[in-house]
Amino acid sequence: MLGFFIQRLGQAAVVMFCTSVLVFLGVYAIGNPIDVLISPDATQEVRAELIARYGFDQPLYQQYFGFVNRLLNHDFGTSLVFNTPVTDLILNRLPATLELTLVAVLGAALLGIPLGMYAGYRPDSRSARLIMAASTIGFSVPTFWVGLVLIFTFSVTLGWLPAGSRGDTVTIFGTQWSVFTLDGWRHLLLPAVNLGLFKLSLMIRLARAGTRELMPSDTVKFARATGQSEWTVLRHHVLRLISLPLVAVFGLELGSTLAFAVVTETIYSWPGLGKLIIDSIFSLDRPVMLAYLILVTFFFIMINLLVDIAYVGLDPRLRRKSR
Amino acid sequence: MNGATPFGRFCREFCENRVSLAAFATVLVLVSVAVFAPWVAPQNPYDLASLILADARRPPGFLGAGGYTHWLGTDAQGRDLLSAILFGLAISLRVSLTAGAIAFVLGATLGVVAAFLGGKIETLIMRVVDLQLSFPALLLALLLAAIVGQGKTGLTVALVAAQYAYFARTAHGAAIAERSKEYVEAALSVPLSVGTVVFRHILPNCLSPLIVVATIQIAHAISLEATLSFLGLGLPPTEPSLGTLISNGFPYMLSGRYWISIFPGIVLLVLIVGINLVGDQVRDQLNPRFTR
Repeated sequence: MLGFFIQRLGQAAVVMFCTSVLVFLGVYAIGNPIDVLISPDATQEVRAELIARYGFDQPLYQQYFGFVNRLLNHDFGTSLVFNTPVTDLILNRLPATLELTLVAVLGAALLGIPLGMYAGYRPDSRSARLIMAASTIGFSVPTFWVGLVLIFTFSVTLGWLPAGSRGDTVTIFGTQWSVFTLDGWRHLLLPAVNLGLFKLSLMIRLARAGTRELMPSDTVKFARATGQSEWTVLRHHVLRLISLPLVAVFGLELGSTLAFAVVTETIYSWPGLGKLIIDSIFSLDRPVMLAYLILVTFFFIMINLLVDIAYVGLDPRLRRKSR
Repeated sequence: MNGATPFGRFCREFCENRVSLAAFATVLVLVSVAVFAPWVAPQNPYDLASLILADARRPPGFLGAGGYTHWLGTDAQGRDLLSAILFGLAISLRVSLTAGAIAFVLGATLGVVAAFLGGKIETLIMRVVDLQLSFPALLLALLLAAIVGQGKTGLTVALVAAQYAYFARTAHGAAIAERSKEYVEAALSVPLSVGTVVFRHILPNCLSPLIVVATIQIAHAISLEATLSFLGLGLPPTEPSLGTLISNGFPYMLSGRYWISIFPGIVLLVLIVGINLVGDQVRDQLNPRFTR
């Protein structure tokens, strides 16, 4: 188990290094931020002073090493636009994205798994067909379009829910959270539904496929033969057996939700990381883009690692093999 | 339609499913109105001289100063929305299909070559592909669109980069299975050159899973293109795709002028759902596990 863990950790480190180089080079190729920051009629001295201050005059590899060095010291540099440390900027925005993502993914799982299991349990019933049709649509409709329709229906036409921003927040440990206020929930609902719809469809499909496959199996037959109720069979046997791929997908989706949060946050002016990255791409704010991409990659690799470990923990066969 | 050839059989089976047939017909109609947009559309939306600003943001069914009815209303520049949608549809399709085709060729080549050569090259190629698959396509496209810049080239590069990995993965999986078959060995001992064997013998046998992936990926490309354009990282407002049109109309929607965003959105939706339904049917038919 320990050897497996070390091996996976080593792989993760290599991947992290490669992506950090790629991300750095990629972002370096985007325009010259000097031209964006300084007006064309600034004097040469001002230009030179700014170039020296941000280190744009050094060779590329030195800029990279400087970047990694500062990264290890939790210093992501200073935003060229806001003129504040990137770390502060990101920490400031992170809670908004985090609560949105968690509400969306958890909601999708809590709703999608029972619905999917039902659709797999009675695949020919009318409601199962309805669930599957809904999930097909949820699967193919672009996220931004769902967001627009939700705003149009619930904010513009019905006027039930606000169309943007975060609403009242509560400050806990120096960060602001919407999930603890009623007004916050009113603001959170539409973006969370928007972000979670795709995950919901995915969970439904996976749970359905797993349940359909398991229902005619010996496990279920024997469980039924022992006189357990259908509910117990589903809950204790089927759910446990289909949980493996669901856990993996849940983890991976947590990561990709971060990407799609960009779209949702833009539509609902949700002041999270996604909004920050879009704004920084437009203003060529390199330190912020770098920090965001490195952070997301890091999340991704960590989640992948945790999913692998969870797999081994959940599947006794793998546990024996990895010993 | 000849039932004897495999293709004829494929067509006949396809027509048996009413839903996918209807979906196919819808997609076909959308593609043809897009292709013939310059002749079908009541107005050339790019001809600034023909735009009448006094007619801006009019609701659907408004009789414009141009002497014809704007059945879907007009946008903020007084552009006839129906015409804008037809032209936008053409742009969306052109960009997505170009990107899809390039990604198909690139990905399939990489996958098949990796599977055939094996060893270090295979490991390297497939590692990069796996790494990319674990990274969300939208994020990658976002980054690339930002690097390469706005416009058709940047968007195409971003879409190709986000999609080729799916083709490479699929082609690799299929080619691995083909590689060990006897006809490959036979062809190699004729001897035919490696290139001939890879591209004339192995690749055609990997096509059916690739076609399935292609239908899904084209829908995905259209959706991704619209998303990027909506975020402002895709096509510029002078060359509006469906996504750009939706994005342009978004600010007006909050004041109740829904049609500028909603109608292009409905067309986008019908297109994507249609392609996905066709793709589902193609997958069911080409999947050897379901063969009756």
